[in-house]
Amino acid sequence: MRKRPGIGAIHKQRVEQERFRGKATELQDNVFEQMTNQMEKFRTNLETFASKHRNEIKKNPAFRKQFQDMCASIGVDPLASSKGFWSELLGVGDFYYEIAVQVIEVCLATSPRNGGLITLGELRQRLIKARGKAQHHQEISNDDIIRAIKKLKVLGPGFSIVSLKGTQDTSDILIRSIPGELSADHTEVLKAAEAQSFTSVKALKSTLNWDDVRCLQILNELLRDGVAWVDEQSPEKTYWFPSFFKPLMSEDEIVLPPPN
Amino acid sequence: MNVILDLKYVVLVEEDIGNLLRSSKIILHLAPWNEGQLSRPPVKNLSSFIKLAFSDGKLSHFKECIQKMLQERSWETVAVHPSILHHAPTTFRSGIVGIERRLQAKVENNSSNINIAFQDMQNLIDMAKDMVQLANVMSNKIKDRQGDISEDETVKFKSYLLSLGIDDPVTRNSCSSNDVFYHQLAKEIASFLLKAISDTGGLMAMSDAYCRVNRARGLELLSPEDFFKACNYMEKLNLPIICRKFDSGVLVLQLQSKTDSLLEKEVSRLLQSRDKLTALEVSQEFQISIVLAQERLYFMERNGLICRDDSVRGLVFYPNFFSSSA
Repeated sequence: MRKRPGIGAIHKQRVEQERFRGKATELQDNVFEQMTNQMEKFRTNLETFASKHRNEIKKNPAFRKQFQDMCASIGVDPLASSKGFWSELLGVGDFYYEIAVQVIEVCLATSPRNGGLITLGELRQRLIKARGKAQHHQEISNDDIIRAIKKLKVLGPGFSIVSLKGTQDTSDILIRSIPGELSADHTEVLKAAEAQSFTSVKALKSTLNWDDVRCLQILNELLRDGVAWVDEQSPEKTYWFPSFFKPLMSEDEIVLPPPN
Repeated sequence: MNVILDLKYVVLVEEDIGNLLRSSKIILHLAPWNEGQLSRPPVKNLSSFIKLAFSDGKLSHFKECIQKMLQERSWETVAVHPSILHHAPTTFRSGIVGIERRLQAKVENNSSNINIAFQDMQNLIDMAKDMVQLANVMSNKIKDRQGDISEDETVKFKSYLLSLGIDDPVTRNSCSSNDVFYHQLAKEIASFLLKAISDTGGLMAMSDAYCRVNRARGLELLSPEDFFKACNYMEKLNLPIICRKFDSGVLVLQLQSKTDSLLEKEVSRLLQSRDKLTALEVSQEFQISIVLAQERLYFMERNGLICRDDSVRGLVFYPNFFSSSA
C-alpha cells in the first residue's frame, strides 16, 4: 500500500504512535503488578525459611552470604527466632537479642524525625510492621520490648527507658536512643530561642516541627542543667535563657529583678 | 517411538539415590506445560517430573551433561534466530502479541522458579544464585517505579544495613579460646564501623554500633555482653576505634584520632581569641552537642585550665590566669 501524503497521514501516524504508547504503558503496568505479587511471595517464602531453617543456613557459609543478599534486596528480616518456653521463662536464647537489634533499628530509622525519642506504643507498631507478616513476627508484646531493651543495659545508659508519669500506659513510656552527648536537639532549641532569649513548647513545635514530648524533654534537660529558667506565671510556660540576656542591657546597669 | 522433551521445561535435575533393591534414578522436575510456547504438536503430559533409570552406570555422566546444558541454556539463543522465527510463527510472533507473550512467559517462568526454589532447603541452596539475581532484578524494578522497595522507613534502613554484610563473621566456634574470640571480634567491629563512625563525626552510640554490626553479621547474632567485651579490647589492640565512657556513664565508640587532648587544645585557642566561652559557643564552633561541650569544659576546669563565672547570666568560662602565668 502506498503511503498517503499530507496532513491526514501525519495525523494518522500520530494516532498510531499514541496507541502504541498506550499499549506499552499498559504492558508495563501489567508486568509491574505481577512483579509486585511475585516479590510478596518471595518475601513470605524467605521469612518462612529464615525461621524454619536457621541452623542449616548458618552452617553453610556460601549460602549464608547469598541468603543475606536476598534478604537485603527484598527487605526481609533474617532474624526470626520464636519466643519459646525457655526464653519466656529464663530470658535465655537469641529471641530477646533479636528484638533488641530490631528495636534499635526502628529507633535509628525514625531518629531523623523524632530526635531519638519514641513512645513505646509507636515503637511496637513500627517494629511489628517492619518484622514481617508471619504470625511469629506479629506476636510481640510491650513486655517483650522492655525486656529486650533491658538486655542492652551492659552497653551503658545511652539507650534507655524514660517513664513520664510512672504509669504503665504505653504512650507515657518513652524510649530514648540518642544519649545527650550525641544529640543535637539542645543546640537546636538554643538556636531557635536565641533571637528572643525565651521560648515555649508551642513556639518550638512550630519552628522545629517537633512533637510535644520531644520539646518538653529537651527543655526539661536544659532546665535541669541550669541553662534555662522557667516562667510559670505566663499563660503558657515560657523558658528563658539568661546567657542570651546580655545584649538587652549594658555591662554597668545589671539590676536584679525585685523579689516577688 | 520418539519421545522429545524440550530442555527449557526442565527446571531442576535431582538424583534419587537408590539402595540394594532399587537402582539410582535421575528426576527431572518440569515447569508447567505452556500451550502457547510449543513449537511442535503438543503431547499431553500432566506430570510435573520424569524419572530416568540407567542400566550401565551412565547416570552420573548424564547428570553432568544435562546440568551443563541447563546452565548454558543454549536453546534460548537459538530461539531468536530469524529462520526459526519464520518457520514457527505461532511460537514467537512478532508485534505486540509476541511481546506480550514473551513477557508473560518470563513472568510465569519466574513464578515457577520461586515455587520450586522454596520447596525445601536443598532446592534453595541449589538455586541460590538464580534466586539472588531474581531478588535483585525484582527490587531494582520496583525501585525504578516507586523509588524504594518499601515505604516503611525501617524496612528501607534494614535493607541498607543488611546489604553491608560481613562476609565471614567471627564466631566462638572458629576461635581457639575466648581471648582470641574477643580479639578477632574487636578487629572485625573496628574495621566494619570505621567508615560509618567517620561519617557521623567520629562518635557513635554503643547501641547504634551493636545494631549495625549484628545486621551485617546476619544470622550470627552477638549478645550485648560479647559486643561490649570485644569493644573493651579495642584500645589494647591499638585499633583506630576505641570505646569511651563519659562522666554520665554513657558509652560510645570513638575514632582514636579524635582524642580529647586535641579538642582541648582547640578550645584553649578559641578561648584566647574570645576571652570567654560558654558551652553553647563551643558546641556551635566544633559542631558537637551541648552536653559534650559542657562535659569538655568541666573536664578542663577540673584540670585547672579554665575557671568559671556562674552568675545569673549563665555559666561562662574564662582562662585560668594562675595556671597560664605560672
